Amino acid sequence: MVPLDGNQELTISQWEVFKDRIGRSWYRFRRNPTSITGASMVLLVIFLAIIAPYVTPFPHHAGAFTDLPNAFQEPGKTHWFGTDEMGRDLFTRVIFGYRISLMLAIIVLGISVPIGIFLGLTAGYFGGKIESIIMRTTDIFLALPPLVMALAICAAFTPTIEKAMLAIASIWWTWHCRLVHGITKSIVTEDFVQASRVIGDSHFRIIYKDILPNCVSAIIVKITLDAGFVILVGAGLSFLGLGAQPPKSDLGTMISYGAQYLPMRWWTTIFPSLAILFLILGFNLLGDGLRDMLDVESEGV
Amino acid sequence: MKFSQFLFRRLLYSILVLVGLSILIFIIARVLPGDPARLALGPFAPEEQVELLRQRMGMDQPLPLQYWNYITGLFRGDLSLSFQTRRNVALDIAHYLPATVELITMSILWVFLIGVPLGVLSGRYRDGWLDNLSRVISFVGVSVPPFVVGLFGQVIFSYILGIFPTTGRLSILTPKPPLVTGMYLVDSLIAGEFSTFINALRHIILPSFAVAVTGIGQITRITRAGIIDVSSKDYIESARAFGIPDRYVTFKYMLKPSFIAPMTILGLSFASQLGNAFLVETVFAWPGMAKYGINAILRKDFNAIMGVVLIIGLAFVLVNFIVDILAGYIDPRIRIQEETIEK
Amino acid sequence: MRDKRILEIKDLHVHFRVYEGISKVIDGVSLYIKKGERVGLVGETGCGKTVTIKTLMGILKIPPAIIPIGEAFLDGQDILKMSKKKLLQIKGTEISMIFQDPMNALNPVFTIGEQFYDVIRFAQNRLKKKEKLSKEGIYNKMISALREVRLPDPERITNNYPLELSGGMRQRVLIAMALVNNPKLLIADEPGTALDVTIQAQILDLMNNLVETKGISVLLVTHNLGVIRETTERVYIMYGGQLVETAPTNIFFEKPRHPYTQGLISSVPRFSGGKFAKGIPGTIPDYFKAPSGCRFHPRCNQAMPICSKIKPPLKMLESEHYIACYLYGESNNKNE
Repeated sequence: MVPLDGNQELTISQWEVFKDRIGRSWYRFRRNPTSITGASMVLLVIFLAIIAPYVTPFPHHAGAFTDLPNAFQEPGKTHWFGTDEMGRDLFTRVIFGYRISLMLAIIVLGISVPIGIFLGLTAGYFGGKIESIIMRTTDIFLALPPLVMALAICAAFTPTIEKAMLAIASIWWTWHCRLVHGITKSIVTEDFVQASRVIGDSHFRIIYKDILPNCVSAIIVKITLDAGFVILVGAGLSFLGLGAQPPKSDLGTMISYGAQYLPMRWWTTIFPSLAILFLILGFNLLGDGLRDMLDVESEGV
Repeated sequence: MKFSQFLFRRLLYSILVLVGLSILIFIIARVLPGDPARLALGPFAPEEQVELLRQRMGMDQPLPLQYWNYITGLFRGDLSLSFQTRRNVALDIAHYLPATVELITMSILWVFLIGVPLGVLSGRYRDGWLDNLSRVISFVGVSVPPFVVGLFGQVIFSYILGIFPTTGRLSILTPKPPLVTGMYLVDSLIAGEFSTFINALRHIILPSFAVAVTGIGQITRITRAGIIDVSSKDYIESARAFGIPDRYVTFKYMLKPSFIAPMTILGLSFASQLGNAFLVETVFAWPGMAKYGINAILRKDFNAIMGVVLIIGLAFVLVNFIVDILAGYIDPRIRIQEETIEK
Repeated sequence: MRDKRILEIKDLHVHFRVYEGISKVIDGVSLYIKKGERVGLVGETGCGKTVTIKTLMGILKIPPAIIPIGEAFLDGQDILKMSKKKLLQIKGTEISMIFQDPMNALNPVFTIGEQFYDVIRFAQNRLKKKEKLSKEGIYNKMISALREVRLPDPERITNNYPLELSGGMRQRVLIAMALVNNPKLLIADEPGTALDVTIQAQILDLMNNLVETKGISVLLVTHNLGVIRETTERVYIMYGGQLVETAPTNIFFEKPRHPYTQGLISSVPRFSGGKFAKGIPGTIPDYFKAPSGCRFHPRCNQAMPICSKIKPPLKMLESEHYIACYLYGESNNKNE
């Protein structure tokens, strides 16, 4: 029982509950090999991407650059990953490619997650007609596999990386909307929410104080796993020619161009492939570890 | 409500969603920038010709009317003309669809044949070497882009080892089997052309595996989780106490109750496989719907895009529906609970 | 022949090796059951009764369980030393178990018929080819077994799923499955506790009839003293993985000797008498750091120094009445 006193809350905010859980989970996180591995992988990539210009031998190769006599060098001392068909250093381009992938993830999730959370909370909390409209719209966007849907939307535009990001973002909010909607619905009938109602908290306060903290764990896990998936879809779009256009050094595009030169000049495709696998795998391991740590029940892998 | 009623309602709702989808894509296709008539005829065609084409395509009419015409056309079986091939889109789709169906069917087979046993054994022998191995496989499976799998597969199995061919459905010199379903594996068996069958098989193994990789990763994990959940239940102990042998307990008594989880993932897995198909068909030059769809997108062939989107949406509805039925069939609890909820 | 011992457990120890350490749950338990006898195993939750019967049924997970010492003879054969193959043969046929919760003991996705069929079918593996029943034979056996447990319309029941039957019916089905292969020993784990009291009474009644007519020995495990009184002839009392007292049932209720047993009996509220029931202060032992000697000594108000040092051996008080307590010497009645 919390003693009544002018400044204190009458009910414990769910944020307190959440903070307590986080504290205990951190201990488990440190001991879990999956999450540690994943975190290391992701952090490594992020670090490299940030300091890219300083850590790569030929930063000017990242964009348009031609040095044809040097084309198709095998991996060696100067060019760790070899050079591509224009003579550009592949290692540099891969690191800069990471920049694009990470930007993609940040922008897409940065747009879609808040929208999804907002809509999900609204739908789950207020119910009724609003809920129907929102959830039906969600279902429509989920009627196709994400890649296909993104492709269809991309069809309307000339292919650029920005349009690709928009296309993916316009679908992605649905997942978070569904997630948050589900959680909201399941706890909106709980006692502590009713208690807040009785006290007379405004809707906004209730949502923020009681419902949102319970969603945070699931959202964090989902965002981490999403990062990997979004990058995967993005790479797919670029591979098909609908994302970043050359001479930008996007990993998907590099793989696509490099594929023509298989099997002789294998390095043009293999290294970008491994690079992107590394990043996506890192996110997946991290997400899985986080899921264990935060004890989240997932709806699917 | 009864189970059949539940299914019917689901079907109705799915159709509603499809309609919504068609409206969405229609809007995107027609409203957003780009002049398909101009694109189709090229930049050098005179304006009158472009105008004529626009009229023929009905683009001068108000949008809702265009939509209505399109929908009614659908029911007549007319998906209107592809800008690119100038043929009825429906014909195009019929031409390319079987290849994709064949591809996805094979990949579903892979998922089941590899994913489910792997998941069962990992769950049964938890923390054993197989479990750890399958964990790695799952993670890599869901992390690796399918086109990468395709490419790697080509490098290793086609170029280096020379076991499988690189692209296409059949070798150049091999004639197609007589047309029955459009799926070469099936048709060649029907016609008794065994060498054609083998040839088609060799061509499909790599691409279908590439499509399946994500699904395998997913199903393995889910099956494993289901098995672990079930193995602690009383009825498993009880079965053992009655003298039922271990292998039987694992593959019959544990598998069936835990199968609901993988079943629901099947719908999701199908989604990922459809998506993967788009990428893999490109790598292997597989002449299927996905390749057709991608070309349509690159050339802004809106009618074709609509057709492809609708077909995929339909396939989706169908698969989810089948999954619902199967789930009810396998796990009587679902069936019975639906029926008793009203009581 | 009446005195032939169907079950004889000698000095059984069962430990569990887990991450936190070694949990020494069963600490030297010895008991026996004669042919046709109905014996009760009593103790509160956590005293080790379940571990004991799981050991007997061979469904303990080994590892993490270890059986460092002990023998358990079922009709002369040591089941703890049996090969897996042999064990599989006797489970469900010579030794059978009825699980506590009929709700969870049946597989929800198979019909009664399918599960029952398997139980009979695998028991057939021990028989020679010509003795084996055909599909029809198995089906008939199933139906008559279901009839024996007084289930109406057994044919329809075989097509039902467990969900479609009431709790009482499911329990009957489980009894039928346990008895169909004519076991020598039946182990009943808290029978009927998951059901209504009236249904429970019916079930117990049914069980009694069946085992009497078939001459099956029964080991009835429970914490419910009322059931013990109604159903058993002799009873063992367990505490903290040790046997503390054993006596014929009537004597057990009239003159309990062991401090724990006395505490147990007085814990049962009575309808007459007007006194409140007394509990026993304290909690069950932590098996990772079990009390030395007699495991009850921390809670015993008559404990003596030797109680914490050496585990008291089972001493005979009267015929078939043994006690493991230093308060009692050999044929030496201490006044209460």
